[in-house]
Amino acid sequence: MNHIPTLPAHAAGEAPRTARGMGAALRHDSALKHATGEARFLDDAPEPPGLLHAALALSPVAHGRILALDPAPALALPGVVAVLLPRDIPGRNDIAAAGANEVMLAEGIVEYAGQPLAVVVGETRDAALAGAAALAPEIAPLPPVLSIEEAIAREAWILPPQSITRGDVGEALANAPYRLAGEFRAGGQEHFYLEGQIALATPGEDGDIAVQSSTQHPTEVQHVVARVLGLDYNRVTVATRRMGGGFGGKESNASWVAAAAALAARRTGRPVKLRLSRKADMAATGKRHPFLYRWTAGCDASGRILALDAIMAADAGHSLDMTGGVIFRAITHALGPCDVPALSLRALACKTNTVSNTAFRGFGGPQGALLIEDVVHRVADALGVPPDVVRERNFAGGGNGTETPYGQHLEGDLIRRVWAEAKRDSDWDAKRAEITAFNAKHPLLRRGLGSMVLAFGISFGQMHMNQAGALVHVYTDGSIRLNHGGTEMGQGLFIKIAQVVADVFGVDPDRIAITATTTAEVPNTSPTAASTGSDLNGWAAHAAASAIRTRMAEVAAAEWGVAPGDIAFADGMVRAGGNRAMTFGELAKLSYMRRVSLSATGFYKTPDIHWDRATMRGQPFFYFSYGAAVAEVAVDTLTGEHRCLGAWLVQDCGRSLNPAVDRGQVEGAFVQGLGWLTCEDLWWDAEGRLRTLGPSTYKIPGSRDVPPVFSTRLLEGAPARSETIFRSKAVGEPPLLLATAVWNALKDAIGTDRLDAPATPERVLMALRGRR
Amino acid sequence: MTDCITLVLNGRPVTLAPDLSPTMTLLDWLRGPAGLPGTKEGCAEGDCGACTVVLEGQDGSRTPVNACLAMLGQLHGQAIRTVEGLRGPDGGPHPIQRLLAEADATQCGFCTPGVAMAAWAHARTGGPEGGDVHEALAGNLCRCTGYRPITDAFAAIVDDGAPQPPALPGIGGARFAAGDQVFHRPASLADLLALRAAHPGAWLLAGGTDLGLRVSEHRERPAAVIHAGAVPELQALVADAAALTIGAAVPYARLPPLLDGGLAPLGALLSRLGSRQIRGMGTLGGNLGTASPIGDMLPPLLALDATLRIASPRGEREQRVQDFLLGYRRTTLAPDEVIVSVRLPRPRPGEHLACEKVSKRHDQDISAVAAGFLLRVEGGRVACARLAFGGMGPMAARAPAAEARLTGKLLAPASFEDAAEDLAKDFSPLTDWRGSAAYRLAAAQGLLRRLYWRVTKPELAAEVHAL
Repeated sequence: MNHIPTLPAHAAGEAPRTARGMGAALRHDSALKHATGEARFLDDAPEPPGLLHAALALSPVAHGRILALDPAPALALPGVVAVLLPRDIPGRNDIAAAGANEVMLAEGIVEYAGQPLAVVVGETRDAALAGAAALAPEIAPLPPVLSIEEAIAREAWILPPQSITRGDVGEALANAPYRLAGEFRAGGQEHFYLEGQIALATPGEDGDIAVQSSTQHPTEVQHVVARVLGLDYNRVTVATRRMGGGFGGKESNASWVAAAAALAARRTGRPVKLRLSRKADMAATGKRHPFLYRWTAGCDASGRILALDAIMAADAGHSLDMTGGVIFRAITHALGPCDVPALSLRALACKTNTVSNTAFRGFGGPQGALLIEDVVHRVADALGVPPDVVRERNFAGGGNGTETPYGQHLEGDLIRRVWAEAKRDSDWDAKRAEITAFNAKHPLLRRGLGSMVLAFGISFGQMHMNQAGALVHVYTDGSIRLNHGGTEMGQGLFIKIAQVVADVFGVDPDRIAITATTTAEVPNTSPTAASTGSDLNGWAAHAAASAIRTRMAEVAAAEWGVAPGDIAFADGMVRAGGNRAMTFGELAKLSYMRRVSLSATGFYKTPDIHWDRATMRGQPFFYFSYGAAVAEVAVDTLTGEHRCLGAWLVQDCGRSLNPAVDRGQVEGAFVQGLGWLTCEDLWWDAEGRLRTLGPSTYKIPGSRDVPPVFSTRLLEGAPARSETIFRSKAVGEPPLLLATAVWNALKDAIGTDRLDAPATPERVLMALRGRR
Repeated sequence: MTDCITLVLNGRPVTLAPDLSPTMTLLDWLRGPAGLPGTKEGCAEGDCGACTVVLEGQDGSRTPVNACLAMLGQLHGQAIRTVEGLRGPDGGPHPIQRLLAEADATQCGFCTPGVAMAAWAHARTGGPEGGDVHEALAGNLCRCTGYRPITDAFAAIVDDGAPQPPALPGIGGARFAAGDQVFHRPASLADLLALRAAHPGAWLLAGGTDLGLRVSEHRERPAAVIHAGAVPELQALVADAAALTIGAAVPYARLPPLLDGGLAPLGALLSRLGSRQIRGMGTLGGNLGTASPIGDMLPPLLALDATLRIASPRGEREQRVQDFLLGYRRTTLAPDEVIVSVRLPRPRPGEHLACEKVSKRHDQDISAVAAGFLLRVEGGRVACARLAFGGMGPMAARAPAAEARLTGKLLAPASFEDAAEDLAKDFSPLTDWRGSAAYRLAAAQGLLRRLYWRVTKPELAAEVHAL
């Protein structure tokens, strides 16, 4: 077993692996442990003595009045320890992330099929599951609202509509040489993190609760657990080492899962683990918001869009969750990289009797971007001009405006650059000619070409969330311990932040111990979300490390009789010119002997951002990230089956902190977007029950769905213009939008300007037939 | 009196505690009593592959399987390797594990142990399926990486040449009893039939890809199980010039080398049935026994006019598959009967077999519509057409109106167009999450139109995955 296989050169990342510093393509810190199975996920840890297991009883109906829920059938089963109902909650039955009352366990009324009704606790997981299955709630059904259209008709809003306007759209439409209207929809998306939701709560002294949670937001878990149990925040400690995927699905939803485990731990006095089965997870936890779009646009003969009047209606599900933020991002991203002089955008948050939709990578941004893409494509179709030409005609900058309708400026040069590079990488014109020739002679298949250009604003829409903290310790042997508010869900955040700290101290990243995120070390944190993990935590860790380095430099300067500014930290050494040098570890020891603190916290808040909710104007984003893509597809005209044959992606990551990690984010996001737009189909039956509750029925992309020609490039020589950490840019979410190129390519292949997403074989075939 | 389940785990013989439930899944046992949490549970329905482990065959073969679907009793005598067992004698990572890490093929890492095991099996088993990395990966979902680095790594793996562990001695028929459960492992057809007659309520287990779900996902604890996997007659494979006879409990994974010549289209369809993990366990007997309206293999069996050998203590009988299927998950199988084998006649010269499947995802999906077509062409005309579909009604069935319309007609697009129209007379499909009634009919019609091109222009790329 000792033949070491080798990788093709292109697979190992662009930067040489020998480099160790900032910008080096270091692999994920846990990569080898992942591959050997040693990396411990929450469910892998040895179980504590006395552990109990919890399971949830879920509502079988979408809407109804709870008449009775008798715990006896569950309690009669062997191994069932407790059945917990709302009356057993010592604090508040409220798990809201954004202030509204949202119940953990249904009380009086059930509002969606899959809503938790009770927590059943058992000596074993099977006992708990059997207990939950034995409960027979009596529910008097009420008519459910199951569609966006029905919610609009009833004006059933989960929060008031948001609007952004510029100019007089009515007049601009009236004066436009051409006017056209459209309507389309985009479906939701299940996160399908491979590791399902899980939490382990352990009761301690004085009512304390220690929670291990697979969460993107340990602080929110802390708050929700405290609220449900009626505790001060300082009684609840939440830790998370790693998640088996998150994608937004473990932002708010992880909190109530943890709170249910904590409730059971409090009521039984024993540690309790709650691990949702895949089915329960898919039934009970929120998804990406589906959207319905209706618009009217005016343009001139060149394809310049002069006016746009649009409604974007999001299906919020039964409760608020983070819908306000999602529609904010949808409405601020609805023009993509384009400029439209006169417009009225209205975003609706519709209340339906479905699971409460939540954060999902892109957070409304991808849904927003579909609007302008649909408009561009229909304008192009109406005028007989290629869609990419129409989009280019409307790019911000050049002769067009650069100010978004909410007052922030786009960088037209970067928009044009990413598009030019993607077009060049794909050999666009030759590809177009090849496709035309193919389509002229093939009796059954049609190929198509599509493109996408994105501009994605980086920062949390909630201004106060744009802050982060870190805690760094240097020990007297020169080893370093790093903790910060960011969580690791596979995106490579921990290695990136370790690289930042290693750079500050001039040591190898191996010297840095990466540790679990915990509310006990860095308090009051923001979720790892909105692509901000590296931006915020990178600067916070930088600040903490810099504070210690400054103190250490003073120690070295005093030792050598030079100015602190003359001290350099590099290659594991500390130097001051000449032959004055010692190892980083020696200086750490010396600093200790000189009674200098080697521990520091760091704090960062994003500068220069503001937002006025009343006027819907401001500078909500620290900067924009740009990207462009070209995709080629083939469609079977007999069955609607289709396939992406090639994708050429260019993504702006500023000066990448770690090109290997960033490339992985770009590729992974593209494929996730491909799934959202082409194959991931959430299917509810007429009673409002989701029937695609597992991977056997809900199809995320497999390896064959990835285009055989798959080119990914990070935009080169484009350091961020804002003062970001090492001039890098965020990369978690923006490239998901690149998959829109596939949706556009499908329309090209079909020869239609309207295609709802996800474009399953069925929708593609029906679109083909509609065209005939 | 009970036997003990013995198996080889990561090269070491292990005898399981006699009080352990014989229907406990391998996954639950590994993560629980065995203390090996490297193997993950992602879905508990055999679709995500996070629980992939490898069965090491005595012939040196390596079969990846889903540990979530395998019951301990059916693994008696088997050698199993988990991600923990890939490490070298020095405790260091296996070259494949190192390769996955170096290739950036892990992000969150939850799917990675399963991917590593699929890779380890693929390195060895390559064989007839070896060239297609995507086929090797069809049973392993990754939500983070977008697969590119994983497929790069798969393309670079090589067999480590490690020998298979020694066989366990004395593995034969057995009976595992624990608590209120009994798991029978008959080793002869006579014993199987006697048990079947004596315990009509018992689960008759072949590969377990369907029944395993009831344990893994629905947490059922059957009182009695009869596992047919150790009965030689049900494991037999006989190929002659006229037909292929397949034992009812032969895992699909053993079939591809035999599906050549006129049966090659069936081999191609088989490569899309489930995943390697599913085909490592799933059987034709199981597919027939459950008689699911969406079983991928039933339409080709109908098109080929396959026959079944069915046995009971009362004797044996033969029956055409067409007569065996009665309705939604209903067959002629009596409570004391078992399917012994399936006889697949090979297409004769002048006959064309086509096997089709339409699903949302090309790999490892259940079909919205499946089809098996056998066409005999004589003198430029369709002399005989056997057109069978799945997903179009309560059971897989032939399309009599379309067949009649096509028979005797010129081999020309218009003939297939007309026959496609008549499919509307043959079927009234349902609407569900796999497809609406309208789509199912339209796709079935499309498949019939495609048949013309398959027969007349076999070199044409007639579907997107042929490009």
